[in-house]
Amino acid sequence: MSHSHNADANHEASNAAAMAEIKKVTILLSVLTVIELILGFWMIGISSAALRLAIKGVIVILMMAKAFYIVAYFMHLKHEVKNMIMTIIVPLSLFIWFIAAFLWDGSSFRNLRNTYNPYFKEQAGIKVEKKEAEHGAATHGAAKHEAVKHEAGATEAKETPAEKH
Amino acid sequence: MSTTTTASPNEAKLWGGGKSPFNLEYGKVMMWYFLMSDAFTFGAFLISYGTVRFSTNGWPDSNEVFRSFPFAPEGVHAPLVFVSIMTFILIVSSVTMVLAVHAGHNMDKKGVVRNMILTIIGGIAFLSCQAWEWNHLFHEGAWWGSNPFLNADGTASSTNFTNFFFTITGFHGFHVFSGVVINIIMLIMTLMDKFEQRGHYLMIEKAGLYWHFVDLVWVFVFTIFYLL
Repeated sequence: MSHSHNADANHEASNAAAMAEIKKVTILLSVLTVIELILGFWMIGISSAALRLAIKGVIVILMMAKAFYIVAYFMHLKHEVKNMIMTIIVPLSLFIWFIAAFLWDGSSFRNLRNTYNPYFKEQAGIKVEKKEAEHGAATHGAAKHEAVKHEAGATEAKETPAEKH
Repeated sequence: MSTTTTASPNEAKLWGGGKSPFNLEYGKVMMWYFLMSDAFTFGAFLISYGTVRFSTNGWPDSNEVFRSFPFAPEGVHAPLVFVSIMTFILIVSSVTMVLAVHAGHNMDKKGVVRNMILTIIGGIAFLSCQAWEWNHLFHEGAWWGSNPFLNADGTASSTNFTNFFFTITGFHGFHVFSGVVINIIMLIMTLMDKFEQRGHYLMIEKAGLYWHFVDLVWVFVFTIFYLL
């Protein structure tokens, strides 16, 4: 819309700038996705809960960055009038409360149940026999299962006499 | 741009009619507000998933659940591979949509048609991938109310995981589907010279906003279900 009001040279310049911006954002989104995937693959072999949490934090930050680039440049919001940006961004800030309150609520509910509900607590310690043949587990080796067990080890060390030792 | 010069001294005049305070066409503003409400719908779904996951002691390992690939032998272990292809399909179709909007700015009908066709192909490819994945999971015994997967620590899992997975990816897939339908309508209207007659391609921009929103939601769904 705003292209039509000026001379041809101006039009050409803004045209080139827009194309350069599209190119830049495309590359940025691809790079961010690849980094996310690398982190995801790396996380498969990691059993330390703290490190996993840290990687998940990084992935969430990358996710927010991708969301920003899509909304700001592909959806063009960054180039709109400031009042328009505010009518979108201000209501969406409700999400800060929304996410914090409900995740907090969920984790509090788990703590309460683990404290006061013996059945709930007990269920988290009972392992189900894995049907190895059905899932073709042989092809992806024992290393993976080892890692999974180690991760679980913290919560139920007493129940699992590790086969290896 | 021009609004900055008139903003503060003539505040009353700015909103007094005769000009567009947001410097945006009515339909585009309304599309933004619709997308904002849709963001809250998806947000509510994803936050309820988070709440339930936070309130549960064990949860299935996504790398165990989403580990297969079309035409791969049974029992193959390829976590994240298939979903990364789906993600890139959606990113690429988002880029072609931007290019279609850009061509519309320049009244370049050929460019609009070409990029709309590419966007539609991308959308259909994404839907096909999702159909394959749903079908595969269904044949493994996963569906609403049925969860064949164990928690990552080997304990029994509830059906919460599959319920949320099928509800949220289903709702997103439905958005992709309606996006493809909207894009096909826009393509037909372009081919019928509707926008040439109107003198602008604003409808392409509105369809573009919707399509980018679908991509935006997938950024969240992909991260939350497959990576976290």
